Amino acid sequence: MKKIEAIIQPHKLDEVKEALKGIGVDGMTITEVRGHGRQKGHKEVYRGMEYEVDLLPKVKVELVISDARLDEITNVLAGAARTGKIGDGKIFVFDVFEAMRIRNGETGEAAL
Amino acid sequence: MSGNSRRGVKGPLLGVLGGLALSCSAVAQTTPAVEAKLAALDAAAKSAQSAGDNAWMLTSAALVLMMTGPGLALFYGGLVRRKNVLSTMMHSFIMMALITVIWATYGYSLAFGEGTPFLGGLQYLFLNGVGSAPNPDYGATVPHQTYMIYQLMFAVITPALISGAYAERIKFSAMALFTILWATLVYFPMAHMVWGKGGLLNSSLGGKIPTFDFAGGTVVHITSGVSALVCALYLGKRIGYPREPMKPHSLVLSVVGACLLWVGWFGFNAGSAVAASGLATSAFVATHFGAAAATLGWMLAEWCKHGRPSMLGAISGAVAGLVAITPASGFVKPFPALLIGFAAGVVCFLMVTVVKSRFGYDDTLDAFGVHGAGGTLGALLTGVFATNAVNDSFKDSAGKLLPLGLVDGNPGQIINQGAGVAIAWVLAIVGTLIILKVVDLAIGLRASESGEREGLDLSMHGEEGYSLES
Repeated sequence: MKKIEAIIQPHKLDEVKEALKGIGVDGMTITEVRGHGRQKGHKEVYRGMEYEVDLLPKVKVELVISDARLDEITNVLAGAARTGKIGDGKIFVFDVFEAMRIRNGETGEAAL
Repeated sequence: MSGNSRRGVKGPLLGVLGGLALSCSAVAQTTPAVEAKLAALDAAAKSAQSAGDNAWMLTSAALVLMMTGPGLALFYGGLVRRKNVLSTMMHSFIMMALITVIWATYGYSLAFGEGTPFLGGLQYLFLNGVGSAPNPDYGATVPHQTYMIYQLMFAVITPALISGAYAERIKFSAMALFTILWATLVYFPMAHMVWGKGGLLNSSLGGKIPTFDFAGGTVVHITSGVSALVCALYLGKRIGYPREPMKPHSLVLSVVGACLLWVGWFGFNAGSAVAASGLATSAFVATHFGAAAATLGWMLAEWCKHGRPSMLGAISGAVAGLVAITPASGFVKPFPALLIGFAAGVVCFLMVTVVKSRFGYDDTLDAFGVHGAGGTLGALLTGVFATNAVNDSFKDSAGKLLPLGLVDGNPGQIINQGAGVAIAWVLAIVGTLIILKVVDLAIGLRASESGEREGLDLSMHGEEGYSLES
């Protein structure tokens, strides 16, 4: 099993959800986060006080999938989240040791 | 007679003739019945005027209260960080209770009783003798009690304005004690000097240095703004200022608050005519024009300097204009009101951006930059633009209108305005310094370091403005 953690532009969330649903992935967890990579922030001015805002709002999508579908899902996700500009985000992939469905105790890929 | 007037055009002429005949016969035979009727008509006219004036003055009193809560509470509340929103709103709201009790007990008497040129006497202690009969010195057509409650609302908002300077770091108990002492030692004397009978600066009731302050440029805005600067300097900077970001947490709240201030200000300035009169209308118009021009002045200055016109700049400009037009509102024509407003917008913008950063003081919400600077500018420009074409209440013994400001050919008035400004500054600086020292020694002024970091909402009040869990 693999865990995908994708940091994407907030306005791309709906497209990503639709694309994943289109290939049968319907379980995911969404968090509103702030961060930045190479993208520069912006400047805000309040009564002459300047603030550099470099941590920008992003959305983190987390999903755990079977090893076999890793390439397919990361490609679909990246395709849906891409605008081609700096700030589109990143995808990280982790190994997952175990999973359990709390309701009935199923484990492994059956729990996904 | 009525039988002859078959054609409408003849009606008015015949009416006039009839009226003449009636008055001739009244002079010829003044029967007690006619006299009684005339007296009754006179009384009815006075009663109608009194009812109109009182309705406007009670409405104005409510409008001025609305400026403190919710107006100022929202305006200031939105400008602080999220962890201090309730404590900042509390600073405004608690004045509505605290000052009211002081006012009823001794405040009104010290401000408006007859006493020395500097402070009122004690004849209105516990509002003794302040009832439904008018006090001709302050408002001949409204109950004395109406005048009392109207003036209370000014006493409420003035210390609330100072809270912009000490927000986010003062202890609640120290704020309350400071406010009681400040109202007593700075506000009541200043209000007496400018508006109280026999006050030193009172232009219509026997002051030695007649100063024009229609609605409180010196009494409200200079005293609060200058005291705010003293508070900011005495308390010192907030922890982390200016290194840590301290952005306004909700400009939405501030915009709503500023709009309520703008509306409430009609009660503040037009109500200061103490009648539903033409002068009230003139002050209403000047107030609105001042706010509009100042909004544009601040916005344009900011646009030039920072490249973008901001919402915060627009509302700050509006408030600066309302402040500056306050002393002038019952004295100036509409076009000078635009000039005063525009000047205030630009000057106050420079105060809170260039001057504040040059000197490095932490006036949290710019109470000094807006109220101190805008109030001073407005008080001085009142001496330039005041005209008897707007305010005809100043006459010589022969009944001839006296020239008011520079535009009327009375340049000396600018010196009187300067004297009023100087007295307000000195009283605010000296009074506030002494009070801060006393409160600091007695109970300490600042919140603890951990309490300030945690936010005053939790450390002072044990609650949060925004609870995401519930």
